Amino acid sequence: MSVLERAHGINRRYRAFNHVAESLDAGDSGRLAGVYVSVKDNVCVEGMPSTAGSKVLEGYVPPFDATVVAKCRLEGAAILGKTTQDEFGFGTFNVNTPYGVPLNPHDTERSPGGSSGGAAVVTAAADFQHLAISESTGGSISCPASFCGVVGITPTYGRTSRWGLIDYANSLDKIGCMGKTVRDTALLLSVISGPDRYDSTVLYTPVEDYTAYAGEPVEGMRVGVPREYFGEGVDQGVSDSVWDGIKRLEDAGAEIVEVSLPFTRYSLSSYYIIAMAEASTNLAKFCGLRYGLQLPLEGSFDEYFSKVRSAGFGDEAKRRIILGTYARMAGYRDAYYLKALRVRTRVIEDFRRVFGEVDVLAAPTMPVVAPRFDEIAELEPIQHYMMDMLTVAPNLAGVPMASVPCGESDGMPVGLHVMADYLGEGDVIRAAAAVEAG
Amino acid sequence: MAEAARLSLTDEELQRYERQLKVILEAFRELDEVDTEGVEPSFHPVELEDVLRDDEASTWSWDPLANSKHREDGYFRGPRIQ
Repeated sequence: MSVLERAHGINRRYRAFNHVAESLDAGDSGRLAGVYVSVKDNVCVEGMPSTAGSKVLEGYVPPFDATVVAKCRLEGAAILGKTTQDEFGFGTFNVNTPYGVPLNPHDTERSPGGSSGGAAVVTAAADFQHLAISESTGGSISCPASFCGVVGITPTYGRTSRWGLIDYANSLDKIGCMGKTVRDTALLLSVISGPDRYDSTVLYTPVEDYTAYAGEPVEGMRVGVPREYFGEGVDQGVSDSVWDGIKRLEDAGAEIVEVSLPFTRYSLSSYYIIAMAEASTNLAKFCGLRYGLQLPLEGSFDEYFSKVRSAGFGDEAKRRIILGTYARMAGYRDAYYLKALRVRTRVIEDFRRVFGEVDVLAAPTMPVVAPRFDEIAELEPIQHYMMDMLTVAPNLAGVPMASVPCGESDGMPVGLHVMADYLGEGDVIRAAAAVEAG
Repeated sequence: MAEAARLSLTDEELQRYERQLKVILEAFRELDEVDTEGVEPSFHPVELEDVLRDDEASTWSWDPLANSKHREDGYFRGPRIQ
C-alpha cells in the first residue's frame, strides 16, 4: 500500500487530517530524505487548503510555504497533508472545531488531546517514516503528545520562525515537532530551527545538531522535581507513572532535587488573559475581505464584518474574542491585561531562579490521561482551561520543553514533561532520551 | 462587548456567554493576590536584540489577491463605508 493510501487509512479510522496531499513530492537527498512530514493546519503549505481549523478561513489556499515547511522541503521531505486542530489552537481536546474531531488511536472513545490533536494521532498511527510539524501556545504540543504516547518538543520562544503560521498569540506561539522517538523528533527540530528574515522575533543563536544529545549520559545532571506539579488535581496513576520515569533518570546517574515554583498557581489566569487579549487583536484581520470566508458585499463596513465573523468563528473563538477585548479595554486594562503581564514576569523569575539550581525540571505533562468524549462534553469552559494547569507556566515563560512517554495509567499513555532554561534544548533532549531508554 | 468585538450574537449565545464569562473573570481575579508592586510587565518572554536588514526593496513571487473573491483590476473590493 502506498504512503498516501496509508494516510487516507489513518484518516478514515481517526479523522486526523483536514487535507491529505494529492501527490507526494520528495527530494532524493538531505536530512529528511525518505521522511513524510505532516503539518498542523495553522502552518501554511503552498497549494494546500490551510484553515487553522476555522470556518472563517474555509477555502483559503496559501500561495507560499511557511519557513519551517520550506526548510523541510530543502532537506528532502515530502509534505503529507494538514492535520486537525482546535480552531486557531483554542482548546485542549481538539473538540473545538467545525471539521472532523480526531480520535485517540489507543482508545477511540477518548480524545487525542489538543490543540495539535491530528499531529499526535498521525505520529502514533503511522507505520511509515513520519514526523509532524505542530505548534504550541499554552501546551498544544505537549498535551496531545502525552495523551497519544508520542514525543513532542516545544522549543524556546523564537528558536523557530513563525512566518507562515496563522497566529493565535504572538508572544506565546512556538512551532515545534512530534515523532515516535526523541532522536527522530530532535532531527526535525534541527531542521526547522534558526534565523529567518521574515520573522523579527526569531533568535539568531546558532542551531545545533540536537540529535547528538539523544543518548548522551545524564550522570551528574541535576533534575528538579517541582512540588507544585504533583499537588491537587493530579491523578495518582499519572503521578506514580511520572515518578517511575524520574527513577529511571536517577538510576542513570542523575541527581534528583525537590524544588518549588511558587507562582505556578497563578500562571493559568495570567496565561489565559494574555492569550485571549492577543488572540482578540489577531483575529481582527479575519473580516472577509481578501481571503477565506467572503460573503456577498452587502450592508455597511461594520455590518459586513460582523456578519462574516459571526458566521465564521466557532463558540470558543467568540468567547475568547469577547474576553480578550474586555481585558484590553480602557478601565479594565490595568486590572487584567497589565496585571497578567506583571504576574508573567513573576513566573519567568521563578524559572530563572530554579534553573540556577538545577539543569532540568521533571513533572507530569498533563494531570490526567486522555479523557473520554462523554466526560469532555460535561465540562464547563473554565474546567477545560484548568486542564492546562501544568503546561501553561513554561509556555508563558517561553522555555523549551518536551513530553516523553513514561508509562501507562488506566491502560492509557502518560507523558513526563522535561523543561530547561532558555535555549536548553540539548538538556531537554538528553533527559527525555534517558527517560525513554529506561 | 460583543458589539465592540464586531460579533452579532443570538439571545441564546448572549445568555450563555454572560454566565460562562462571569465565572471565568471571577477566577482571573485571583491575580489580585500577587504582589506586583514595581514589577515590570513582560510583553515578551525573552529579551530580543533588534536585527535590521539592509534597506533594499524586495518583491513577492506570488499574487497577494490569489484568494480574493471580490477583485477588480488588481484591487479588492470591500463593503461601502457609509
